[in-house]
Amino acid sequence: MLRYALKRLLSLILSLAVASVVIFAVIEIAPGDPASFMLGVNAQADTLAALRAELGLDVSKVERYFNWVGGMLVGDFGTSYTYRTPVSQMITDRLWVSLPLALYALTLSTLIAFPAGIYAAARRGKPGDLAVMGATQLGIAVPNFWFAMMLVLIFAINLRWFNAGGFAGWENGFWTGLHSLTLPAIALALPQAAILARVMRSALLDILAEDFMRTARAKGLSRRQALWRHGVRNALIPVLTIIGLQFSFLLAGSIIIEQVFYLPGLGRLVFQAISARDLIVVESVVMLLVFAVIMVNFLVDLAYAAVDPRLRSRT
Amino acid sequence: MSLLEIKDLSLTIHGTQILKRINLSLAPGKIVAVTGESGSGKSMTALAVMQLLPNGADAEGLLQLDGQNLLNQSEAEMCALRGAAIGMVFQEPMTALNPVKTIGDQVMETILIHRAVPPAQARARAEEVLARVGLPTDRFPMTRFPHELSGGQRQRVVIAMAIALRPRLLIADEPTTALDVTTQAQILDLLKGLVTEYGMGLLMITHDLAVVAGMADQIVVMRHGEVVETGATEHLLRHMQHPYTRMLFEASGHQVNLPVAPEPRPLLEVENVVRDYRLPRKRLFDAPGHHLAVDQVSFTLNRGERLGLVGESGCGKSTLTRAILGLEEVQQGRISLDGQPVFTGHKPNLAVRRKMQVVFQDPYGSFNPRHRVARLITEPFHLLETPPTGSERQDRIAELLTAVGLSPDDSSRYIHEFSGGQRQRIAIARALIIQPELILFDEAVSALDVSVRAQILDLLVELCETYDLTYLFISHDLSVVRTITDRVLVMQAGKIVEQGETEQVFTQPQHPSTRTLIDAAPSLPEIGQGAA
Repeated sequence: MLRYALKRLLSLILSLAVASVVIFAVIEIAPGDPASFMLGVNAQADTLAALRAELGLDVSKVERYFNWVGGMLVGDFGTSYTYRTPVSQMITDRLWVSLPLALYALTLSTLIAFPAGIYAAARRGKPGDLAVMGATQLGIAVPNFWFAMMLVLIFAINLRWFNAGGFAGWENGFWTGLHSLTLPAIALALPQAAILARVMRSALLDILAEDFMRTARAKGLSRRQALWRHGVRNALIPVLTIIGLQFSFLLAGSIIIEQVFYLPGLGRLVFQAISARDLIVVESVVMLLVFAVIMVNFLVDLAYAAVDPRLRSRT
Repeated sequence: MSLLEIKDLSLTIHGTQILKRINLSLAPGKIVAVTGESGSGKSMTALAVMQLLPNGADAEGLLQLDGQNLLNQSEAEMCALRGAAIGMVFQEPMTALNPVKTIGDQVMETILIHRAVPPAQARARAEEVLARVGLPTDRFPMTRFPHELSGGQRQRVVIAMAIALRPRLLIADEPTTALDVTTQAQILDLLKGLVTEYGMGLLMITHDLAVVAGMADQIVVMRHGEVVETGATEHLLRHMQHPYTRMLFEASGHQVNLPVAPEPRPLLEVENVVRDYRLPRKRLFDAPGHHLAVDQVSFTLNRGERLGLVGESGCGKSTLTRAILGLEEVQQGRISLDGQPVFTGHKPNLAVRRKMQVVFQDPYGSFNPRHRVARLITEPFHLLETPPTGSERQDRIAELLTAVGLSPDDSSRYIHEFSGGQRQRIAIARALIIQPELILFDEAVSALDVSVRAQILDLLVELCETYDLTYLFISHDLSVVRTITDRVLVMQAGKIVEQGETEQVFTQPQHPSTRTLIDAAPSLPEIGQGAA
């Protein structure tokens, strides 16, 4: 198990190194000099040179790459070209919204999907299964911003249980913060739950057809006991894969929901940074997201091994 | 009084009649074997006793265990009986165990769901049972997972689960079909021992008549959901009444006469071939382990000769076959056909590759279901530089389909329209269509029913006469190899330990492992002349 974890860790570090080179190269290739962009077309040559020096653009590309990576390792992401504030500060602020939102949505989606998927698989072809399948079909087809608007209409405007937008901040207490993330989290979670429930159902149906499920029944386990004791854990592998993918998506892909609910999240930060050609911010956020995705994959790999002993002994 | 009494049991599934008025009875401490070909309803009979029938099944009649009609039991009552009063062992040990739970947990589960005992006591009982089936905990700790055990060992775990509570009735559905002959012999011995020791009744489902003859007190022969003949083993073997029973036994021991092989002229030459697999490291800084799958193997296959290759699973048969086909590169040695190497550099040699074809074991998995037969059997044409087209192609297809006993009209049909035996004929047609110098039969008749197998063996002899076939016949079934080959190679742990004239090797085996193989293979008894 330890060997497996170390191997995964090594591949994590390598992936990060490769990703950083690729991101740096892509951003460097993008046309346009940030300094001349910031100062406009009529800028004096010496002002431009001074700004370039200040932004650290006057040294060689290799040197800049190592400055960038070295900085990130000690938490220094540089200074935003447009806002003139440390990027690390900007990212941390946004992360305090985006990360809890993603985790919240993922928790909700798992809490909905697991029971729904298991229920449907246990009642294959019966009305309960058809109802779940119909609901998930709807959940996949309807875009999440529509859910978001409906939620605002019902729970914020009519019932007045929640605010229609904005983030209350964590400094006013954990529950206040969570309360203001609830509607966006639900809007994000519903389509994800629909996908996850379907994956859970089909994975479980595959497992139910396995020989060892028949062995379990021959031992005297009831259908339900066999499903819970021998079915669910075996069905988890494909489900874990999807959960990992969904988390990565939720962290960065919630830009529309952030827009609808007026949340200061990572998605909006990236959007603004790209419009303003604030490359240092884009670079840093993208790197951070890559880090998050790779980290999640690492955790999913460890979860695989925890679920399936065959993976632990493999290379 | 009998333990299991089945009277006039009929079964329909979604309206289709599966079993028709089955009668069978089993006494404690006795073994009843239900035999027949696929589709005879033997497995359904077993599942009916367990009441684990598929959805839409409707059984009627009498199915009594110790006087209790199982057909009237509720699902909850059946759950209490399954595992406790009736144990069951299945065919496929590789998939019959939950891969994510330890073997100890799985054996303990049988005990814990039926008896309100503390876990420590269940653990002790599980240890005891595992030791009884030949997996003592000092060598096979209960923390092992199924994937860490071999097929035979897994089957022992399945048996341990089934007998943990000393059920009165044990049902074994093809318990040794997926195992080697030597492992089969051990598992059959274990089952026999348990029946005597526990006084259980054993209902054994098997298609293998040699196993039946060696094990059972009573034989039940089934066909198309009906019992055609039943009787005490000794008596039934001597006085078979029903022509179907007779046909089954004759087909099982089917003998063919191969045409005489021509003067030896080497075709395939295998010299000092080595294939070594690297295993994963045990610990981080250990040197990686090795597995010598094929170890310094040399042999020659002559033109027009029929050569057999036998050995237990894991002995290197498959690796060697793959190497000959150029599907796997070898690290040392040389394989050449007609003087040309199978591998040039690191690439398989196409000129050689088109002189070889292969027929695989599974007639259901080895065809693309979306293609018609004409396209399926002409697949090897892509190996040719100028494949025949137009009417020449049509003629070849018609010729080959006729040669394997099908009709030229079959070329426009899809593979699912054919039975297992017909599919194997199509596979042979596919192999023959480019007139290869050498054909490899990789367990090509192992998945077939005995009567179909006999027909395919006859077909092979016919083809030998028409086309002067040269083939390598790889099989674990010694009786088939004995009749369909001129010479045989015996492989063990990657080495060829014995080779010679087939009859010579079988009557006077020299190497101990050949002897073990031959002794372990159950043999068919002499069939008496029926009164009818």
